[in-house]
Amino acid sequence: MSKEMTIHLKYWKQDGPDARGYFEEYTLDNVNEHMSFLEMLDVLNEELMLKDKAPVEFDYDCREGICGSCNLVINGQAHGPKERVAACQLHMRNYSDGDHITIEPPRAAAFPVIKDLVVDRSAFDRIIEAGGYVSVKTGAAPEANSIPVEQEKANKAFDYATCIGCGACVAACPNASASLFTGAKIAHLNKLPQGEVERTNRVVNMVDQMKEEGFGDCSNYAECEAVCPVGISITAIAEMRKDYIKAVFKGD
Amino acid sequence: MPSFLKALNSQVGRKVMTGITGVGLMFFLIGHLLGNLTIFGSPEAFNIYTKKLESLGPLLYLIEAGLAFFFLYHTILGISIWRNKKKARPGGYKKYQSKGGASHQSLASKSMIYTGIIIFVFLIIHLITFKFGATETVMLEGEQARDLRALVLDKFQNPLYTFGYTFVLLLFIFHLSHGFWSAFTSLGMKHGDFSKKMQMAAYAFGIILMVGFIFIPLYIYFTGGQGSLIAY
Repeated sequence: MSKEMTIHLKYWKQDGPDARGYFEEYTLDNVNEHMSFLEMLDVLNEELMLKDKAPVEFDYDCREGICGSCNLVINGQAHGPKERVAACQLHMRNYSDGDHITIEPPRAAAFPVIKDLVVDRSAFDRIIEAGGYVSVKTGAAPEANSIPVEQEKANKAFDYATCIGCGACVAACPNASASLFTGAKIAHLNKLPQGEVERTNRVVNMVDQMKEEGFGDCSNYAECEAVCPVGISITAIAEMRKDYIKAVFKGD
Repeated sequence: MPSFLKALNSQVGRKVMTGITGVGLMFFLIGHLLGNLTIFGSPEAFNIYTKKLESLGPLLYLIEAGLAFFFLYHTILGISIWRNKKKARPGGYKKYQSKGGASHQSLASKSMIYTGIIIFVFLIIHLITFKFGATETVMLEGEQARDLRALVLDKFQNPLYTFGYTFVLLLFIFHLSHGFWSAFTSLGMKHGDFSKKMQMAAYAFGIILMVGFIFIPLYIYFTGGQGSLIAY
């Protein structure tokens, strides 16, 4: 037998980027404890539509914690109360009957609201375009063993590569800084021989783009690390700084 | 490559400079405390120390200019970073809470701007009181010198000044408890348990330094300037 709960929801409604947003409230009965948070929102939307009301827009894709589409700020915490869990993998069993839940979109000038809980995160794409890539000649796949990678470095690079670009770091940062995202993307490539060639330009251009997009400064609050669904450490930010300092002194 | 100026203005550069100026000012505090402790030396020790400092002439001005630059740079960056957060998130959340765990959000880290501004105001009062304060003149080694020792012993008989000074220094520990660790992270030094050790070092550094600074005014106040540690 699964438990059924009554949940009092309060969620952000906003018709468009320039529209004024507001909170709407709805009490959902019969919330099953096995539902994921997004399934609970599906049920909410079904009920809203049956009542001829507009559904609440929210972002999702894989619903298994790997795509980074969902990024809800639930009761003031990006991805909700559990550590290393994306909102789509958060289950309603973490809540109790009669709980009040406030759902907001990530709030940052660089992440304008498209509608309701959906924000435009293309600022991240532009940070990646600024240097989050390696230039390789395509064609026949080269022999994998021709570029040796130290195991420890490979592990570290992989730790940073797990960033799914959800933007929880920005959402939770008191300064709305994108340093954890940018740092992880830089550190991931700079750890590997394939990324070595472009490392100097990469760090400089990506750091510049981050500012260009209107993200705030990092104050080492480390809140980003606490909310990151894949547990990326702010060591990524320290690595970014180290690489940036090196780039400045090294020149071209 | 970015010009040096552009690099200083980047989000990394701003944080690195906050760290460098912060560490610089911490070194200054160590020197300042060691100097202060000469008050417990011979009756002339403190005045000889201050006279030596003042006799450095141009070198002293250079050091003071450097300190003022570090202090102002640190302050301006801090205020600018704080103002930027309003720009980066104009709306704010209806509800916001830290997730705990790895987070370094604490009363100390969230109040850096406020403790910083109080320290700034304190510094101005502190300079007016001691550096530019009127003193009697004493003869030291056949030359005239300011009797700063008498001024210090006199000022710390005043409860308002003594406890105000103590209060600000307690805020200082608070500021450093985040600042020390943060400065090293800003300079790119964060790996493994180095960071944890840094946090412990931060607490130790803050406490040792501030115990030293606070002991002097409180000792003078509670002994009425007549304590046995102070020679006459």
